[in-house]
Amino acid sequence: MKVMVPVKRVVDYNVKVRVKSDGTGVETANVKMSMNPFDEIGIEEALRLKEAGAATEVIAVSCGPAACQETLRTALALGADRAILVQTDVELQPLAVAKLLKALVDKEQPKMAIVGKQAIDDDCNQTGQMLSALLGWSQATFASKVKVDGDKLTVTREVDGGLETINITLPAVITTDLRLNEPRYVTLPNIMKAKKKPLEILTPEALGVDVTPRLITLKVAEPPARKAGIKVPDVKALVDKLKNEAKVIS
Amino acid sequence: MNEYTAPLRDMRFVLKELVGLEQVASLPGCEEVNVELVDQILDESARFCREVIAPLNKTGDVEGSRWEDGKVFTPKGFKDAYRQFTEGGWSALQAPAEHGGQGLPKLVATLVMEMWKSSNMAFSLCPMLTNGAIEALLLRGTEAQKKTYLAKMVAGTWTGTMNLTESQAGTDLALLRTRADREGDHYRIRGQKIFITYGEHDLTENIIHLVLARLPDAPPGVRGISLFIVPKFLVNADGTLGARNDVQCASLEHKLGIHASPTAVLVYGEKEGAVGYLVGEENRGLEYMFIMMNAARFAVGLEGLAIADRAYQQALAYAKERVQSRDLAGGAESVPIVRHPDVRRMLMSMKANIEAMRALACTVAASMDIAHRHPDKAERLKHQAFADLMIPVVKGWFTESGVEVASTGVQVHGGMGYIEETGAAQHLRDARITTIYEGTTAIQSNDLVGRKLGREGGVTAKALVQVMRQTEAALSKAAGDDLAAIHGAFSAGLTAFSDCVDWIAVNYEKDIKAVHAGSVPFLKLTGIVAGGWQMARAALIAQEQVTKGAGDKAFYEAKIVTARFFSEHVLSQASGLRTSIMQGARGVLQLSEEQL
Repeated sequence: MKVMVPVKRVVDYNVKVRVKSDGTGVETANVKMSMNPFDEIGIEEALRLKEAGAATEVIAVSCGPAACQETLRTALALGADRAILVQTDVELQPLAVAKLLKALVDKEQPKMAIVGKQAIDDDCNQTGQMLSALLGWSQATFASKVKVDGDKLTVTREVDGGLETINITLPAVITTDLRLNEPRYVTLPNIMKAKKKPLEILTPEALGVDVTPRLITLKVAEPPARKAGIKVPDVKALVDKLKNEAKVIS
Repeated sequence: MNEYTAPLRDMRFVLKELVGLEQVASLPGCEEVNVELVDQILDESARFCREVIAPLNKTGDVEGSRWEDGKVFTPKGFKDAYRQFTEGGWSALQAPAEHGGQGLPKLVATLVMEMWKSSNMAFSLCPMLTNGAIEALLLRGTEAQKKTYLAKMVAGTWTGTMNLTESQAGTDLALLRTRADREGDHYRIRGQKIFITYGEHDLTENIIHLVLARLPDAPPGVRGISLFIVPKFLVNADGTLGARNDVQCASLEHKLGIHASPTAVLVYGEKEGAVGYLVGEENRGLEYMFIMMNAARFAVGLEGLAIADRAYQQALAYAKERVQSRDLAGGAESVPIVRHPDVRRMLMSMKANIEAMRALACTVAASMDIAHRHPDKAERLKHQAFADLMIPVVKGWFTESGVEVASTGVQVHGGMGYIEETGAAQHLRDARITTIYEGTTAIQSNDLVGRKLGREGGVTAKALVQVMRQTEAALSKAAGDDLAAIHGAFSAGLTAFSDCVDWIAVNYEKDIKAVHAGSVPFLKLTGIVAGGWQMARAALIAQEQVTKGAGDKAFYEAKIVTARFFSEHVLSQASGLRTSIMQGARGVLQLSEEQL
């Protein structure tokens, strides 16, 4: 079974994100970029499936500008077998990415796609679900445990009320939650080996996908700064303020 | 706040723009090295250091390594971190590919090692010593010895140690007494060694000790010392572990710093005598040590840079956070101390020294690569001469600066820095050993004025002055007030250095004691002029980038101002040092011992 894992290049989670001065988006020039952490969990899960004999090949894919090759190289250094970049400088929204991924699934014929539940830049949490709908595949979102048994998958999902366990049938889209696994560190020998692994570059046009944005971003702004607190003299004043100023009690 | 984030932006600048990765990548054996690969190595190393090694720095200091009945236990977390370190292949960074290493050039390894040492110096000593032992075996081990030990040591499955010091034989190894008696195909080793870094620990199943000892019929002095392999567990013909060898850890030292690093007293041959195997030829052990010395001294020099950077990161974070006193320019509120001029001066002195050291370290590392791999012999010799001249400077100046910067880090914290909880004091305590081991600063300075300068009449140093004159000429044509200030300080510093080189070349034979009386100031002078030279080169490159309107203007502007700070606050000491070197001998030597 081939497993496809999409990886997105995002601002590193350690970086304090800043809004561009013209309000058109987030500053990414000279900012450290890394693989979306949920996608890293996806790669790790695919590698574990391969190590357990359930998967035969792990294909990392990314959609975006040429610099996404770096992210794919990291996926290869982690252990993915090969990589595909759908290269475009157009701003990609979840639906466009899902369509590109569908085209790649049609081309590569994997039986499983392990997708990060969301990317830490736009926090959309849509791509995996859209991909499942476009393919007509089963889906198991927010997975914290995946067990493969032939064509059947048992997936534990993180839901609001706790954990939910479901059975689904392959082919399937799984989206990863934080507790699914702890990704390994890239090893030095694997960094050296990754250079020799194949990295194919395609375009949306070649895949016949229209990636034109459907949404327009009007403005991006920093959240309002927190105001300084005040000291209240006694409980009575506190209750009064909570009632009449903050209006959180009545 | 006690985190470590590798200074990747400056590292990349030094690697790509200042030194030029391509001059190393084009060397035979480095064909695989390119910018993308090195970027990825630096990224992953930075991540591993931040997440795995750095968090153990403070806990390791507090807990320390512990001796119990001959066994040594490293602090909590060290064993697991070491396992991850070896599984990640980091121990194989430098070793040649035929022995399972990655064979990366020194230039790349230098930055990776800086990260290990910054994130946890006590941890980093274990792979550093293992690497020293690997080099000894590569250099003079037999094929059978290489086959038995190297692969496991490169993989980090076994660690290595270097056993030189005895209680009566520190700097002067001629005094060492540990003896080796011939017995068939091996030797029996008996004696006591002290200060053995990671001489005993629980990280690996075996430890390969390299031991200096004397044969019964050996000539006296340094020409009668041989080098032996003494494994903790003997290794069977099939590679499995055999009998426990007769070497015991008698105790661990209680030290000022590097508490997590076990510094062992090792007793050889209390029972039947420890089995040892000769490396190379009899009576040539010290000679082999000398060949490895460049790498070892360079590595310890990096500790000075690395600790300085960790101390800076911590002091900077504190200075931005600690609110105390109003801004001199006015305002009713107390402000973060980073806004006070002298705190700024302290932080800038830390930053400027660190950047100068990193630039010089990588310049020397690239020369070591070229000296090792270049196809043209003349090129190799030229770079070897430069590296040989600079090694004592990297060791001596970096470590002295490291102590100074770590001390400044405590000062930035004020009273809070003197309290252990903040963690600033640990860096000072850890740094303090670096000017002592692997040859004290005085030993480095003796090497510099003697072997590297006096005995060759200053040929290499004079050639270096000529190379630096080219940078001076480029500075004289550069525009702007900052570059003009850098030019002025660099010219004066270079003249002071050149004067002292000439003076030492003339006086080395005539008045050796006077030359040695000024040798440590001369080492410092060489350091600040070489560091100032690299900062000047960096400023020229940065100026060009700013003029071109390249991205990351903030970085390049900061580089120019930092170079200016270095010129006016550090390099400006050059003429004072010239006075101590050329005129200070009487003050040092004149008094009788009774008058002291």
